[in-house]
Order: sequence, then C-alpha cells, then structure tokens
Amino acid sequence: MQTCAVRPSRHSTFTHSTSATGYNMLTKHEKELIAKIWDKMIPVASDIGAECLLRMMTTFPGTKTYFAHLDIRPGSPHLRSHGKKIVLAIAECSKDISSMMVTLAPLQTLHAYKLRIDPCNFKLLCHCILVTLAAHMGDEFDPVAHAAMDKYLSAFAAVLAEKYR
Amino acid sequence: MVEWTDFERATIQSIFGKMDYDDVGPAALSRCLVVYPWTQRYFGNFGNLYNAAAIQGNPKVAAHGKTVLHGLDRAVKNMDDIKATYAELSVLHSEKLHVDPDNFRLLADCLTIVVAARMGADFTADVQGAFQKFLAVVVSSLGRQYH
Repeated sequence: MQTCAVRPSRHSTFTHSTSATGYNMLTKHEKELIAKIWDKMIPVASDIGAECLLRMMTTFPGTKTYFAHLDIRPGSPHLRSHGKKIVLAIAECSKDISSMMVTLAPLQTLHAYKLRIDPCNFKLLCHCILVTLAAHMGDEFDPVAHAAMDKYLSAFAAVLAEKYR
Repeated sequence: MVEWTDFERATIQSIFGKMDYDDVGPAALSRCLVVYPWTQRYFGNFGNLYNAAAIQGNPKVAAHGKTVLHGLDRAVKNMDDIKATYAELSVLHSEKLHVDPDNFRLLADCLTIVVAARMGADFTADVQGAFQKFLAVVVSSLGRQYH
C-alpha cells in the first residue's frame, strides 16, 4: 500500500514557479491536446470526478482521511459533486494553461489556508486521473497524450501548493 | 509477509492470465521512456530513442519490454514470497545496472495505465487497488537489496 511517507517520488516535485505554470513545459500542440481531452470530460464531470476520487481512495487508503465528513461510498452524491468540482476546475484551467497562476489563485488560498491537504496527495490523485482517462480513452490515451497530461497535472498540483508556505 | 485477500489473489491471477505479455511489455516500457524521458539514460545502446514514434518502433525496446514483463511473472507465481523471488534481481539492478529504484515506481505506473487502457471499465477501482498493491510489493522487493 502506498502512502506519502513510503513514496517520496521525485518525478513530480516542482519548486520553481516558472516551471510550475506549464508555460515552459508544454508545446502548443500539447496544450491543444490537453484542452481537447478535458473539453470532452465537462459533460460527464460528475462521473469522471467520482471515479478519480474512488480510485484514489481505494488504491491509497490514507487519502480517505480527508473525507471523513463526506459519504464516500461508490455512487454517493457527495463523491459525484466533489468529483465534479475538481474535474471542472482542471478543465477550466486547461483552456488557458499559460494563465494558470491567475486562474488558480483562489484555489491556492483555499488549499493552503483552509483545506491544508498534504501536497504529496496531489500526485496520488493525478495518477488516478491518468488511470481514469486511460480506462475511458483506451488506445487514444497514447504515450504522447499521457506525457502531456502528466506534465499538465504536475504543474497544476505544483501551483495549487504554492501558497502553503 | 504480505497478506493477500482472496479477491486480490484472484484479481492478480486473472489479469496476468489474460494478458498478452508480448503486447503489454513493450507498450509499458516504451510508454515509460516517452513519459519519463530521463529513464532513457539506462538504454544508451538501444539506438534511436529520439522521439515517441522512434521509441515505440524500436525493436530493442520491444524485446526488453517483453523480458521485463516475463520477469514480473515470477512474482505472479510466488505471491507469498515476492521479496525472496526478487532478491537476486534487486542486487543486479543495484550493483551491476545502477538503476535508481524510483524508476521501478515509474515503470509500475506506466504498466498500470497500459492495463487500464486495455481493460477499460473492467479495471474498476477495486481491481486497480489490488493491482497497485501487487506492484508496490514488487517495487519494494526490487529496491530491497540496495545499500
């Protein structure tokens, strides 16, 4: 079972805000690809979001500690509404990746001062988002799409954590 | 010693029983080399790894992907003592190949995504949980003999 203490994975830790904007990491083609994928997820945001969260909490049980106040059983309305918020935020941001720092400012404050989710968990959710996309897209989620999406989600997570300290 | 539920054992045997190793192995390794390009550092003598298409078409990558996945089979057949099963391979990767053990995690993540893409909706959250627990044990065992 993977927990943050056991898995200090280095491949998605960004400490420089310039790289965290995704502006320097992603090509124009990659940004278009990312926006296109998320655009398709908007109408099914509750389904996709709930699935990402369920995958995360099943595979990494330590993440359940942040949801003690919600009903997190499969299919629960809490899971769907919470998942929808997350998917819509990621999708919205994908429409203009270069402006990520501005778009995410309110969410940065929320996560730093109110939610205070340990940022090591962001990469666990990002991984489960990739798995969900793969399960839904099959071969279409090829290595190029996977690489682009992983970079985008890593940048998103890094920006989200920027106000923590 | 790792404790496996009946569901977990059955899930692992089922996934690997139905898997085409010669398809999934190359797919997972090539994906790893594309998504995490720094892993290419271990494959200097594999020829053209210049871009995604080159990597996915590279016969040495494909052959090595098959080798790696068939190596995973040993754990599938010895779920109750994965640590001992991989003791020698762990020493090899540490002393001879000098592979950063974080790479095992990267490849495991890519393998998970390849399997998810192949299985679609059948790769449920519970199935994913079992699969990732299995890979976590493999990864840990491969890193065990490093010092």
